Amino acid sequence: MALISAETATSTFNMPRFERFLSYMASDEWNKAVTKAARAIMIPLAALLVFLMLWSIGAKSIVTSLGVFPGPSTVWEQSLSLYDEHQSERIKAAAFYERMGKRVDKAIADGKPQKKIEKLRNRKYTGKETFIDQIFTSLKTVLVGFLFASLIAIPAGIICGMSAILYTAVNPLIQLFKPISPLAWLPLVTMVVSAVYVTSDPMFPKAFLTSAITVTLCCLWPTLINTIVGVSGVDKDLINVSRVLRLNAFTKTVKIILPSAIPLIFTGLRLSLSTGWMVLIAAEMLAQNPGLGKFVWDEFQNGSSNSLARIMVAVLVIGFIGFLLDRIMLLIQRKVSWDKNAVLR
Amino acid sequence: MNSYLDIDHISITFPTDSGPLNVLNNVDLNVAKGEFISLIGHSGCGKSTVLNIVAGLLNATEGGVVLEEKEVTEPGPDRAVVFQHHSLLPWLSVYDNVRLAVDQVFKRTKSKKERHEWTLHNLDLVHMGHALDRKPDEISGGMKQRVGIARALAMEPKVMLMDEPFGALDSLTRTHMQDSLMEIQAELNNTVIMITHDVDEAVLLSDRIIMMTNGPSATIGEILNIDLPKPRNRLELAEDPAYNHYRAEVVKFLHERHQTLTKDESSEKSSVVSLSSKSRQADDENQKKSEVVKKASGEY
Ligand SMILES: Nc1ncnc2c1ncn2[C@@H]1O[C@H](COP(=O)(O)OP(=O)(O)OP(=O)(O)O)[C@@H](O)[C@H]1O
Ligand SMILES: [Mg+2]
Repeated sequence: MALISAETATSTFNMPRFERFLSYMASDEWNKAVTKAARAIMIPLAALLVFLMLWSIGAKSIVTSLGVFPGPSTVWEQSLSLYDEHQSERIKAAAFYERMGKRVDKAIADGKPQKKIEKLRNRKYTGKETFIDQIFTSLKTVLVGFLFASLIAIPAGIICGMSAILYTAVNPLIQLFKPISPLAWLPLVTMVVSAVYVTSDPMFPKAFLTSAITVTLCCLWPTLINTIVGVSGVDKDLINVSRVLRLNAFTKTVKIILPSAIPLIFTGLRLSLSTGWMVLIAAEMLAQNPGLGKFVWDEFQNGSSNSLARIMVAVLVIGFIGFLLDRIMLLIQRKVSWDKNAVLR
Repeated sequence: MNSYLDIDHISITFPTDSGPLNVLNNVDLNVAKGEFISLIGHSGCGKSTVLNIVAGLLNATEGGVVLEEKEVTEPGPDRAVVFQHHSLLPWLSVYDNVRLAVDQVFKRTKSKKERHEWTLHNLDLVHMGHALDRKPDEISGGMKQRVGIARALAMEPKVMLMDEPFGALDSLTRTHMQDSLMEIQAELNNTVIMITHDVDEAVLLSDRIIMMTNGPSATIGEILNIDLPKPRNRLELAEDPAYNHYRAEVVKFLHERHQTLTKDESSEKSSVVSLSSKSRQADDENQKKSEVVKKASGEY
C-alpha cells in the first residue's frame, strides 16, 4: 500500500480494505509496477524460452556416435537421476556407518584389543564420488587456490604499486607469466608437489594440492595487475594531503591508498575468480584430479547413451556456479565499496 | 630583515622532454606574521609552483624557504594546504576528514575528548557543524571547500597556503566563502598565502598583492600594498575610490602582461591580421589566446 500516491490515499481513506485494493489495482501505480516487474522478469524469461526452443530443435538434428545430442528434457531427466544417485549413495554410506558402529560395539563387548577397535572405528566409507560430491570438491579447490592467490597478489600489488622501481623490476616478469596456460603449469606442479609434499599422513590429498596450486598460479595475475594499477593511480592531491599531514606508511596505506584502490582490486579479484574457475575445470580434466572436470572426462570415456546428457548437466552447472561466484564477489564489493553511487556490474 | 616567512631567492628548473624548463627565476618575498598575501598572474606562470615550494611538496633548484628561522625541507602540517579541488578523502565523512588531520597533528598534545571538540569547533567555524556525517559526494562544492578550509585551520598551521580555493565555485557561493574567510581571518589572524585569478577577491582579502610576470622564468613583477582598513565590507568598498584604484592597478598590470605576451606572436601573424574581416580577427584572437596558454604552460 505504500505505493499509493498522496492523492489516492486521501480519497480512499475510508474505504474498506478490499475496495482499496481494487482501486489500487486500477491505478496507474499498479500499471507501472506491473510493467516494471514485466521488464525485470518477463524479458529474461522469454529469452530463456527461446533459447530452450532453439536448443531442443537444434539438438534433434545432431546425431553423434553416442546417439542424438541431448535436448533440454533429456538433460533435465539426467540431472534428476544424478541427484537420485547422490541420495542413494548417501543412504548406503549411512548404512555402512551404522554397521560399523555395531561392529565396534560388539568388539568392545567381546573385549578385543584397543588397537583393533580403533582400526574399526576409523574405517571410512569408500563409495563412488557422486556428481554433487564432485561439485563440492571443485568449489573447495577453487576457493583455496583463489584465497592463496589473493593473499599473495594483494600485498604484492600494493608494494609494487607504491614503488616505481619495484614495479619496473617486476613488470617484465608479470608480463611473461600472465599469458601462460594452466595446462603448461600442470605437469610441473604435479611433479613438484609429489617431490616436495611427502608425508605419511597428508592433510590434503596430493591431487587437491596440485589443482589448487595450478589455480593459484593462474589467479595471481589479474589481481596483481589491477592492484598495482589501483595503487599507483591514487589521486596525486590525496597523496599530497598525506604528505602535508606526514602520515606514516601504515596510516597512509590504510586510510588513503587502500580505499582508493579498492574498486580496482575488486575488479582484479573478480577476474581472478572467474579465471580460476575455468582453469580448475581444465586442470581436473587433464590431471584426473577429483572434481567436475574429472566427472566430465569420466563420462566422456564411459560413452554410455546417457553420457552426453550428463556432460551437458555438468556444463550447465559449471556455468551456473561461475555465475554465482561472480555474484557473491559483487555482493562483497558492494558491501566494502565506499562509493555507493558507482554502477557495479 | 628577519621576517616570519622568508621566500629567499628561489628558482626552479624542471627537466622536461624538450630540455630543462626554468619556471621560476629569483622569486624573493618576505611575509610578516598574520599577513594575508595574494599571488596573482597569468595562467601557467608558476604560482602553484611557488606555493608547492613553500609547502615543501617541491624542492627549489636554487634558494630556499625559511619559516620561523627553520629551513623548509619537506611538507608538514605547519604549512597547511587548501587545494583547488578540495581533495577530501571521499570515503571518510566530513567529520572524519577533519578528525584525521586533528588526530595526526595533536596525537600527543590533546586528549581524545579534546581532539573531538577541536574537530567540531573548526567545523563550526566554517558553518559545517550540521553535516558531520555526510560524505564529500553528498555535499555541494562550496561545502567541500569549507571542509577543506576547516581541515587546514584545524592543524593550527603557521602559514595557510591556498591554491585557488574558490576557483571552482559559482560567483554567489564564492562571495559567501570570501565573507566567511574574512570573518575567520579577523578572528584567528592567520598568515595566509592565497593564489587567485579574481582581482576583486585579491583586493578585498589581501594586505599585499604579489603580481607575477609571465613564465617561463617568472618572477615577482610588482607588489601592491592594500591600505584599506579592516574589517572590509564589499558593498561599501564598491564605491570607495581607493579600492577602485587598487583594482585598476591590478587589472592594468595583468593587461600589460597579456599585451607583451601576445606581441611576439602578432608580428609573425601580422600578414594574417591585415586580411581581416571581423570574424577573421576574432578567430585570430582566439588562436593567440590559446597560444598564450600553450606558451605559458611550457608546450612551446
Ligand atoms: N613537475 C613539472 N615538470 C615540468 N614542468 C612543470 C612541472 N610542474 C609545473 N611545470 C610547469 O611549470 C609552469 C608553471 O606551472 P604552475 O602550475 O605553477 O602554474 P600556475 O601559475 O599555477 O598556473 P594556473 O594558474 O593555471 O594554475 C607550467 O608551464 C608547467 O607546465
Ligand atoms: Mg596553479
